[in-house]
Amino acid sequence: MKILVPVKRVIDYNVKARVRADGSGVDLSNVKMSMNPFDEIAVEEAIRLKERGAASEVIVVSVGVRQAAETLRTALAMGADRAILVVAADDVHQDIEPLAVAKILKAVVDQEQPRLVIAGKQAIDNDMNATGQMLAALLGWGQATFASKLEVEGEVARVTREVDGGLQTIEVRLPAIVTADLRLNEPRYASLPNIMKAKKKPLEEKTAADLGVDVSPRLEVVGVREPEGRSAGIKVGSVDELVTKLKEAGVI
Amino acid sequence: MAVLLLGEVTNGVLNRDATAKAVKAVAPLGEVTVLCAGASARDAAAEAASIAGVAKVLVAEDARYGHRLAEPTAALLASLAGEYEHIAAPATTDAKNVMPRVAAMLDVMVIPEVSKVIDAATFERPVYAGNAIQTVRSRDARKVLTIRTASFEAAGPGGSAPVAEATPAADPALSQWLGDEVAASDRPELTSARRVVSGGRALGSKEQFALIEALADKLGAAVGASRAAVDSGYAPNDWQVGQTGKVVAPELYVAVGISGAIQHLAGMKDSKVIVAINKDEEAPIFQIADYGLVGDLFQLVPEMTGKV
Ligand SMILES: Cc1cc2nc3c(=O)[nH]c(=O)nc-3n(C[C@H](O)[C@H](O)[C@H](O)COP(=O)(O)OP(=O)(O)OC[C@H]3O[C@@H](n4cnc5c(N)ncnc54)[C@H](O)[C@@H]3O)c2cc1C
Ligand SMILES: Cc1cc2nc3c(=O)[nH]c(=O)nc-3n(C[C@H](O)[C@H](O)[C@H](O)COP(=O)(O)OP(=O)(O)OC[C@H]3O[C@@H](n4cnc5c(N)ncnc54)[C@H](O)[C@@H]3O)c2cc1C
Repeated sequence: MKILVPVKRVIDYNVKARVRADGSGVDLSNVKMSMNPFDEIAVEEAIRLKERGAASEVIVVSVGVRQAAETLRTALAMGADRAILVVAADDVHQDIEPLAVAKILKAVVDQEQPRLVIAGKQAIDNDMNATGQMLAALLGWGQATFASKLEVEGEVARVTREVDGGLQTIEVRLPAIVTADLRLNEPRYASLPNIMKAKKKPLEEKTAADLGVDVSPRLEVVGVREPEGRSAGIKVGSVDELVTKLKEAGVI
Repeated sequence: MAVLLLGEVTNGVLNRDATAKAVKAVAPLGEVTVLCAGASARDAAAEAASIAGVAKVLVAEDARYGHRLAEPTAALLASLAGEYEHIAAPATTDAKNVMPRVAAMLDVMVIPEVSKVIDAATFERPVYAGNAIQTVRSRDARKVLTIRTASFEAAGPGGSAPVAEATPAADPALSQWLGDEVAASDRPELTSARRVVSGGRALGSKEQFALIEALADKLGAAVGASRAAVDSGYAPNDWQVGQTGKVVAPELYVAVGISGAIQHLAGMKDSKVIVAINKDEEAPIFQIADYGLVGDLFQLVPEMTGKV
């Protein structure tokens, strides 16, 4: 069984995003970029399935600018077998919408025929939480989002999902899409020898046009602004003072 | 123009707060029809009909809609989409599961976590953990949105909308429900509570996390947690507040032993009054707290519980 894992190159989660002065977006020049943390979890899960003998090959795919090749190398160093880069933009500030990403991923799925796609639940830049679900719809596959546990057995995947109210366990028929939540696993770090080895693993490059997908956006970004700021208040010296202040504010 | 709104129904019960907030958000877009789907959904439909501003309620009562599975509900929404320009839902985990699927079935983009409606095609939404607010204009003829409930007031009572049956759509039968692990609680629900007390990694264990619960119960508050507290097993997953957990905006938010990482702030910085209790006076949480108390939580929290 092949597993396909889409990985996105995003602003590093430790970096606080800054809005550009002209309001056109967030400044991504000279900012540290990394693999979307949820996608590290997705890659880790795929590798573990392979290590357990439940999968034969782990293919990682990224859609975006050419620099996303670095992100793919990271996934290869973690243990993925090969990578596909779909170049769909040439400016780092140009992002591709989940619907277009999902259409590109569908074309890749049609070619590669994986039985399972493990995506991240959301990308931490645009926080859309959409791509996996959209891909499932386009393929007509079942979906198990926000996974905190995944077992593959024969023709089904059994998935525990993080939902409002607690946890839910479902069984979804393969082929299927799973999206990874934070507690699915703790991703490994790539070791130096594996980083060296990853340089020799295959990385195939395609374009969105090769796959016949139109990536023109449906949502036009009219503007981006800073949120309303919030400034520090006061320090209180004791619990008594705190309780008095909260009573004055009418909140207790 | 007309709006189809998916009501939040869990085990036959309408989440009135989340649904009423979404009604308030979409009301300027046109006549609102609320769809209540579930294995039992009639009571929920009757309740939805009483929300002010609801013009009509559709009820789809069928076992296939019983367990929050995405595929049957998405198929139902897509089959009903016909006459509606907007299809919306409160941004709960169920809607986040279903709505992108609906959008792709209709070949349109989903517009998630809308925090402000500007006009029929233009919406604001937070991105980058709330460090930027994006305004997007949709070019799609039909708009599929989820509503960030923390950004809207709830529509009031006093509605009396007619309730009609919706025909169930074919079930693609791609997934199957096996079980739920849901903890019953008498506490207010996190996203609608007027007060929230949250604990972080500093609590150190599940047993000690009870200090947070005791303070919350004394205040009639819901309990929240940082990711670190959930990852460490001190608190269940659905208590996580933040960029990738729940977004809350209560009147009072008390953060105890939480450092204030941007991912946590993304979920609570719109709260009206923020209190931080932390032993490190340099902790970033103090930069957004209205009232900061520096000290050991193991001493301060029980003291506070005794005094409120
Ligand atoms: C300032 C700004 C300007 C923008 N301008 C434009 C614009 O001009 N045109 C435009 O089209 N869009 C633009 N967008 C982006 C647009 O809003 C898309 O929503 C966004 O890029 C995709 O959402 P997401 O990354 O949050 O996906 P999610 O749905 O949250 O991602 C979930 C998962 O899907 C997979 N995935 C997502 N994207 C990729 C990818 N590229 N490659 C591989 N796997 C992936 C990963 O597994 C990921 O974890 C802009 C956004 C911002 C903030
Ligand atoms: C992709 C991604 C998504 C994330 N999503 C979220 C999210 O949705 N929500 C979220 O919360 N986090 C999220 N995080 C994690 C976030 O980055 C932080 O790691 C997390 O919020 C830290 O939790 P904490 O404040 O409890 O722990 P810490 O940062 O370890 O802080 C503990 C605090 O307790 C204080 N303390 C210690 N002992 C005491 C004592 N005795 N009395 C008083 N104070 C004490 C310390 O001074 C410190 O400030 C995410 C991270 C990633 C990478």
